[in-house]
Amino acid sequence: MNLFQYTFILHGLSAGIIVAVIAPMVGIFLVLKRYSLIADTLAHVSLAGIAIGLLAGINPVFTALGATVLGSLGVERLRMSKNVYGESALALFLSGSLALAIVLISLARGFNTNLFNYLFGSIVTVTIGDVYTILCLAFVVIAILAFFYREIIYVTFDEDAAQVSGVNTRRINTILIVLAALVVSLSIPIVGVLLIGALIVIPVVSALQLRKNFMKTILYAEIISIFSVIIGIIASFYLNISAGGAIVLLMLAIFFGIYILKKR
Amino acid sequence: MQSVNHSKNIVEVKNVSFSYGSELVLENISFDVHEGDYLGIVGPNGAGKTTLLKIMLGLLKPASGSISLFGTSLSDFKDWRKIGYVPQKATNFDSGFPVSVYDVVLMGCYNYKGLCCRINTGDCSIVERVLKQVGMWEYRDRLIGDLSGGQQQRVFIARALATEPKIIFLDEPTTGVDKKMHDEFYDLLRTLNRDAGLTLVLISHDIEKITEEAMHIACIDRTLVCHTSPEEFLKESESKNMFGEKVKIVSPHHHAH
Repeated sequence: MNLFQYTFILHGLSAGIIVAVIAPMVGIFLVLKRYSLIADTLAHVSLAGIAIGLLAGINPVFTALGATVLGSLGVERLRMSKNVYGESALALFLSGSLALAIVLISLARGFNTNLFNYLFGSIVTVTIGDVYTILCLAFVVIAILAFFYREIIYVTFDEDAAQVSGVNTRRINTILIVLAALVVSLSIPIVGVLLIGALIVIPVVSALQLRKNFMKTILYAEIISIFSVIIGIIASFYLNISAGGAIVLLMLAIFFGIYILKKR
Repeated sequence: MQSVNHSKNIVEVKNVSFSYGSELVLENISFDVHEGDYLGIVGPNGAGKTTLLKIMLGLLKPASGSISLFGTSLSDFKDWRKIGYVPQKATNFDSGFPVSVYDVVLMGCYNYKGLCCRINTGDCSIVERVLKQVGMWEYRDRLIGDLSGGQQQRVFIARALATEPKIIFLDEPTTGVDKKMHDEFYDLLRTLNRDAGLTLVLISHDIEKITEEAMHIACIDRTLVCHTSPEEFLKESESKNMFGEKVKIVSPHHHAH
């Protein structure tokens, strides 16, 4: 049985590889800024977006994208107001959007199987149109990152010094969180809402164990991410298991492998 | 020796007050820093020194009063290349951050003002020059987290120097630095001030050292207790027992062992 004769696998693999490339690029800044949990929060916001899309009969990819970007701006605003602790802002959005999603789903009973795909990822449902959408948005993410790379790394490393150097730190933080929102929405078909955080965070955390400079850290995170996604999807095909679960378990195995090697 | 106009004020602090919630941390503080000055800011822990520095840099907004930098009110000040800042690092620096010494200094090199002309062609030569200036060029490929505290501070000074500033603000730069590096560090600052004509504003706990090195001492304890020459400051603090126990922390025999 040759998996490449199935176009759905090719679509899934293409989308998976694109997401595997961009997730660590944004993930490294989130991890270093101690923002790891933002990915999970935004994933739950995207679920509310998906529910809206399914209910209204709009392509859920777009409603998820809209909801996540708006949600990310909301989180950042609440966090900046300093009236609410950063992680409390995340908790509010995480549970709030999940509650909204559940209410919308119960209103519209009947898309249960569909929803399951979004919760746990379903590469078989990725269409060629989705691949193009993901590819375009991935280019947008990479272009924005490339343009603001120097500011983002300065703000991540030392926010006060960056501000004194004339960096608009508020704008950079907003850009970063919107990029996180884009990556989260794009990752849904691959690993699903519940495992997005892992896709964005684990390759970066693994690469950080190696203690290399910034570019090498990103490079190693990319290798771990792309390798896990490809092997995970292939394994899911032959072993008939969930692709999202296989990818994340593989990433975790790599993390523990590096962790143990480094500890010795 | 660059020509330095000592009569020109480049920082003016006027009647600045600040409070965290209902607690008044700084009250009615006024002083000037002139071009080429070397001002040591001293005072007990929790006296508001770091808060004052952050207000002078626009990182915190004062409850009342005003700051001007190079004759421009802080809210209108745009020429941030003239300002260097070395934050208090010992406590809040992420030693796991995967960035090389070279890249840290490169962060300071960029022109963050506009969206166009973002890449300065002189970047690389500036990084090399300032790293050599602080004696850290041979460490350029090391990760910042793998260096000693004193070496890290030299790198942060290099980063501040990368914009070719006129004034550098340093917040307790020698915390967690051993005695030898500590003396070398002050030698570096003296060179920057006396030879390169840089104005320095330095928060320090080391009263013995800072009174040897600085031109002026501002003593902060919620209010501006005094702003005077190091000699006058030592006389006054002796007679008033200004710091009580706190001066003894840095008394000479402390350094002997």
